[in-house]
Amino acid sequence: MSSIAETYTQAESDWKALESAQGPVFYVGAATCGRAAGAGKTIERLEQEIQSRGLSARVVETGCIGPCCLEPVMIVQTPGAPQVLYGGIGPEEATAVLERHGLGGEPCAEWALGTMDGSVWKGVGPFQDHPMMAGQVRHVLRNCGIIDPEKVEHYLARDGYRGFLRALEIGPDGILEEVKASNLRGRGGAGFPAWRKWEFCRSVTSETRYLICNADEGDPGAFMNRSVLESDPHAVLEGMLIAARALGATEGYIYCRAEYPLAIHRLEKALGQMRELGLLGKNIQGTDFSFEMKIKKGAGAFVCGEETALIASIEGRRGMPQPRPPFPAVSGLWGKPTVIHNVESLANLPQILVRGGAWFAQFGSESSKGTKTFALAGKVNRTGLIEVPLGTSLRHIIEVVGGGSPGGKSVKAVQTGGPSGGCVPADQLDLPVDYESLTAAGTIMGSGGMIVLDEDNCMVDIAKYFLSFTQEESCGKCTPCRVGTRAMHAVLDRISKGLGTLEDINTLEEVAMTVKNGSLCGLGQTAPNPVLTTLRYFRHEYEAHILRKECTALACSALVEYQIDETRCTGCGACRRACPVGAISGESKKTHVIDPKTCIHCGACLNRCPEAFAAVYRQSGTVLRRETPKKKSAAAAPEESAS
Amino acid sequence: MLPPFPTEKKVKNGMCTAQKDWGMQDIEAAVARHPAHRGSLIPALQDLQETCGYLAPEALAVLAKHLSISVNEIYGVATFYTQFRFSKPARHKIQVCQGTACHVRGGHMVLEEFEQMLDVKAGEATKDGQVDLERVACLGCCALAPVITVDGLVHANMGTRKVPAILAPLGVKEESKAT
Ligand SMILES: Cc1cc2nc3c(=O)[nH]c(=O)nc-3n(C[C@H](O)[C@H](O)[C@H](O)COP(=O)(O)O)c2cc1C
Ligand code: SF4
Ligand code: FES
Repeated sequence: MSSIAETYTQAESDWKALESAQGPVFYVGAATCGRAAGAGKTIERLEQEIQSRGLSARVVETGCIGPCCLEPVMIVQTPGAPQVLYGGIGPEEATAVLERHGLGGEPCAEWALGTMDGSVWKGVGPFQDHPMMAGQVRHVLRNCGIIDPEKVEHYLARDGYRGFLRALEIGPDGILEEVKASNLRGRGGAGFPAWRKWEFCRSVTSETRYLICNADEGDPGAFMNRSVLESDPHAVLEGMLIAARALGATEGYIYCRAEYPLAIHRLEKALGQMRELGLLGKNIQGTDFSFEMKIKKGAGAFVCGEETALIASIEGRRGMPQPRPPFPAVSGLWGKPTVIHNVESLANLPQILVRGGAWFAQFGSESSKGTKTFALAGKVNRTGLIEVPLGTSLRHIIEVVGGGSPGGKSVKAVQTGGPSGGCVPADQLDLPVDYESLTAAGTIMGSGGMIVLDEDNCMVDIAKYFLSFTQEESCGKCTPCRVGTRAMHAVLDRISKGLGTLEDINTLEEVAMTVKNGSLCGLGQTAPNPVLTTLRYFRHEYEAHILRKECTALACSALVEYQIDETRCTGCGACRRACPVGAISGESKKTHVIDPKTCIHCGACLNRCPEAFAAVYRQSGTVLRRETPKKKSAAAAPEESAS
Repeated sequence: MLPPFPTEKKVKNGMCTAQKDWGMQDIEAAVARHPAHRGSLIPALQDLQETCGYLAPEALAVLAKHLSISVNEIYGVATFYTQFRFSKPARHKIQVCQGTACHVRGGHMVLEEFEQMLDVKAGEATKDGQVDLERVACLGCCALAPVITVDGLVHANMGTRKVPAILAPLGVKEESKAT
């Protein structure tokens, strides 16, 4: 083991050498999202080209830089020119960029998103001027998409572990002061000040203390923690070292969802690198501080994101929450004082230690300091991972950064906080994103999931969706939660099928309050939020379902009639063959008709009608929707008749 | 000892769950990787599921002895977690994301399309034992919704119309449903 000082010197000179490499360097975003979008093929192509042409070029796999909608993304670096970020780089584009930019030294304007250093180069402006970057401040994500997450040297070259080294110097009390000055609040949802939790834990006398990183990311529709773990795992692990030092913890666990195999793999690798550098194990960096870390894979239970359930799961039991007090900070894992933090809370710590708590507190709003990452998804043009100072308005995030809803549709609402949160209607988008404002609006900050809904999304359906999730995930320990979530789901299901009554709305409200007040853990206490917020802001939609049997968004299938437009139907028979209940009749090459009595509203005919004809249309109450026919293309050609 | 993790190659090929050949010695090796301690229960179960593709009764018997707890207690814990399965997996596994981002972009319609084409409900295997159809809550690619995985490999920006193309390589053809 060489000393850490030597390692820094080496890492920094390696990083400089990479940045000033003689040949072109291609940094391809290869986190799970990038791979899903085809980054693997892009990398393969680049490597083939480099080999067959005998180039002295390099391909570096990085994490996720954020604009998932533009994936696969790639940064190209050539000697003496600024790095340029490209989006939408499949294999063909990769070859073109390699030839024109990598070898020719000219940027490919059609795919360029901007330069990375803020300069204007041959007509390509800075990436930070891209609308998606407007107002973004990247602290937690500072290395994401920039470094190779599997190379600790890259992390070290960008001030990695300097926060921890300072933490060793200033000692536990010094760390606590710094974090107190930052006023960092937990990023896992509740927003509890980190330093208060630490003080609480430190006030208990115990030989053993545990620190747990909550990487369960249970909100179905959120991926901030995954991105950070995959793109910059050392930032989270350094945060754990800092917190462990402040708490006097001896052992740490990272509880990560099993659905994130790449994150687990990168954490594994990073732990090995830490051990080699003397950053893990006994007497770290020659001090009296010893710390071990283990990864625990979650086993697929949303409730295990709750602290006491998570602890039960690590102990090898059913993941059922326990009453608090005692709080885990006093009696947690194996009965010892335990602090649990979200991935992002921990990932903030290295920078707080390097730059100081006061630096951190400059960002954000009065009560909510710092920045927050959000996973922007749903009906929004620019989906992806973003980071903005707390207090930024929802409108800025959705309309400027996200670019509004696709297809010229209007934004109807935004959902934050996942199953524990609620929907904020479009007319309240000026709300600042901080813990207090969102709570006042009936939702919660949550861990950073942000789903945009447009006019095609039905609010009854959204409430029903979340309740079907929570009723399935309720651990069943408390009757109000177990029975109440099921009851609410049943009522919502009735309403969505046009079988509801106005009385049902009162029932929903009553049950919601019972569940909220009578549940032991956060799952039950917050499960009614999706219902309560949609009732608060979108009561008219509930009433339309009940009184007029109309789903304006055409999302509730039972209230949608399928019909065939005789002016467009060519009698190809695709719908007739697709209908699972034989509701469609018609001779070959003659107009087909749907028998409304037999139809089960499954939509198979709509899906199968060749796009070039688009003859099937939908109607609910007074709302009627036709799809516009697409130009006849190979993909949309009518299917071969099997008979 | 830490539980084993998917290797880079496995992650790249997305082969974390496919059907495998295994024998008692594989089970014993998997169990022996975990210290005889209650906290090993879930990691050991995960390890066994990776070895056998499911929690085979003979595997649980070995584990129960190793950890000195009853098989019933193991079942009690294992049934709590959705990750664990107690029947042999089919040859191929299709997971259709039903997370929020996928739901609002029509993930439930993609699932219904699979259910129709395969003639099964989510959570079941096709009668010929070829395909397991599962629902999953968020694969972390929400920005590319709707998302599915086929044998662990992620397919992004799905739509009902892309379903036949996904099933064709698995030997399921659209015509088989035609009447
Ligand atoms: C049902 C339920 C699920 C939760 N899921 C998560 C989760 O996936 N990730 C997370 O960090 N916190 C989750 N939490 C919050 C944690 O219990 C805990 O408050 C948090 O990890 C504390 O970390 P922080 O102080 O850094 O925010 C969940 C809470 C409940 C009640
Ligand atoms: S509130 Fe629901 S999830 Fe939480 S402990 Fe009670 S039953 Fe279980
Ligand atoms: S909601 Fe489907 S991947 Fe997240």
